[in-house]
Amino acid sequence: MADGADVKETPRGRYSAGVMEYRKMGYWEPDYEPKDTDIIALFRITPQDGVDPVEAAAAVAGESSTATWTVVWTDRLTACEKYRAKAYRVDPVPNAEGQYFAYIAYDLDLFEPGSIANLTASIIGNVFGFKPLKALRLEDMRLPVAYVKTFQGPATGIVVERERLQVWGRPLLGATVKPKLGLSGRNYGRVVYEALKGGLDFTKDDENINSQPFMHWRDRFLYCMEAVNKAAAATGEVKGTYLNVTAATMEDMYERAEFAKELGSTIVMIDLVIGYTAIQSMAKWARRNDMILHLHRAGHSTYTRQRNHGVSFRVITKWMRLAGVDHIHAGTVVGKLEGDPATTRGFYDTCREDKVPMKLENGIFFDQDWASLNKLMPVASGGIHAGQMHQLIDHLGEDVVLQFGGGTIGHPQGIAAGATANRVALEAMIFARNAGRDYLAEGPAILAEAARTCTPLRQALDTWKDVTFDYASTDAPDFVPSATVS
Amino acid sequence: MRVTQGAFSFLPDLTDQQIHEQVQYCIDKGWAVSLEYTDDPHPRNCYWEMWGHPMFDNPDAAALVYELNECRKAHGNEYIRVMAFDSSPGWESVRLSFIANRPAEEPGFELTRTEGAGRKQTYAIRAYATDRPEGSRYA
Repeated sequence: MADGADVKETPRGRYSAGVMEYRKMGYWEPDYEPKDTDIIALFRITPQDGVDPVEAAAAVAGESSTATWTVVWTDRLTACEKYRAKAYRVDPVPNAEGQYFAYIAYDLDLFEPGSIANLTASIIGNVFGFKPLKALRLEDMRLPVAYVKTFQGPATGIVVERERLQVWGRPLLGATVKPKLGLSGRNYGRVVYEALKGGLDFTKDDENINSQPFMHWRDRFLYCMEAVNKAAAATGEVKGTYLNVTAATMEDMYERAEFAKELGSTIVMIDLVIGYTAIQSMAKWARRNDMILHLHRAGHSTYTRQRNHGVSFRVITKWMRLAGVDHIHAGTVVGKLEGDPATTRGFYDTCREDKVPMKLENGIFFDQDWASLNKLMPVASGGIHAGQMHQLIDHLGEDVVLQFGGGTIGHPQGIAAGATANRVALEAMIFARNAGRDYLAEGPAILAEAARTCTPLRQALDTWKDVTFDYASTDAPDFVPSATVS
Repeated sequence: MRVTQGAFSFLPDLTDQQIHEQVQYCIDKGWAVSLEYTDDPHPRNCYWEMWGHPMFDNPDAAALVYELNECRKAHGNEYIRVMAFDSSPGWESVRLSFIANRPAEEPGFELTRTEGAGRKQTYAIRAYATDRPEGSRYA
């Protein structure tokens, strides 16, 4: 929707006191060619009735960079044309009347190196409450290599995590301890021991297990590490449990993380709600202390789920890869939580690939070069079970943690049997795939074959055979593969 | 007990034909396959002894299965694993690892504890097999 460049104002006209349209203040440049070092943000804007989309895009560019609502003469003390964000392209969203994709370029010097807090203070700081817009969503960002390289990136990364665990060639297996609240430390450790001994690589604290009256953090850590070490001795495998160090202050979190380290844990965990700065601090701590850092995306659906307003989870994924966590929950496709297959594929590519090409049908709007930043291990968790193993591997691939919480602990013969069922299903499916079988089509048959020599798997398949979560997705891509853009 | 390291330890022991299939999968992916053996299966013992170098330019899994049987003749009552190495940029590490041979008896591991302050315990895991000197374990 390039409706032509607006007539350039003379400096005298441009800086006269008063109010001026954002597009005339230099925030709309349809001829602008983004530099390789520019950060580009793609917003979905829904202007109020009667508001011109180009003016709305220019306003978003202005309010997320240098502008205020009126002209200020002090702009002229700066290289203001450089610091102005530039909306350079506005396209109607396919099949969504009243919505537009606005491309906005930001000069690299607008941002402090290596700070997610600073990046987000600009890009999502003020503009989301801007009155001329009904709604606004940050859909995607192009992060230039020059900026990517100012971040540490994942503390450990997929390759080194696998080397530390000595597990290659198959997804990792985990489970969240349930019930998520109420177990005493001693009872909690029992679940960890049974699940790890039965065949899982990891167990996990849930997002809201911190230090409550029924179980204080120190008690949990001690019992969990007893369980981890006993399970390692019972199997000969490296085991781990994500000890959630989320707490009220950084001092508390460091204290808990240090204790986890002293006890020999391989991994600690934080929640997204601790905030970007705390996440980056913990990522640096994890790198210094050879610790894998698991992130639970607690709270994200408050702003990621609706397509017209908020921040897409693919953007959160990008920020978290920069910030330096090692694990991130990124969807299951087939489980109980939101997860359109194509959109989820976009998240997984963003976690795991070094170069992610533009792919509109997966919701990826830009080529993204990660410049050798470590890979981020996606985690699939929420309403998945052994009977879906072929679909999970097809959708999510090999470098992923598959977490079966209820699908482990709810097994009719107990937790260890549930873990064994999942592990046998996983190994049988990977084995079949490598042996050249059409594992997706033959999935149920492959599982049935494996169940012949594994009673726990037989029982798991019988218990959960009809469980599916088949609802329409609220966060599907706007483009289908055949659609053309612009 | 059964040491369950590697990708396929929860499945019944693999036949040579099945090992051939898995190895050919790796070779077709461009990965170099090799064999390693040990009599100390401690979970953090990462350097098992190499049975020769990785086969960087070998197109046929039969060569590895042949070497596996040679390795079994010398170390048949130890653990032998298949490793596949991927030299691609951004990975440059192992892609697949699975146990292809194990001793007749697997005595397992002892978990020792040293009591510390504040209920803290320092744990150590030791393979019972290492009671005997290296080379005469699993004899």
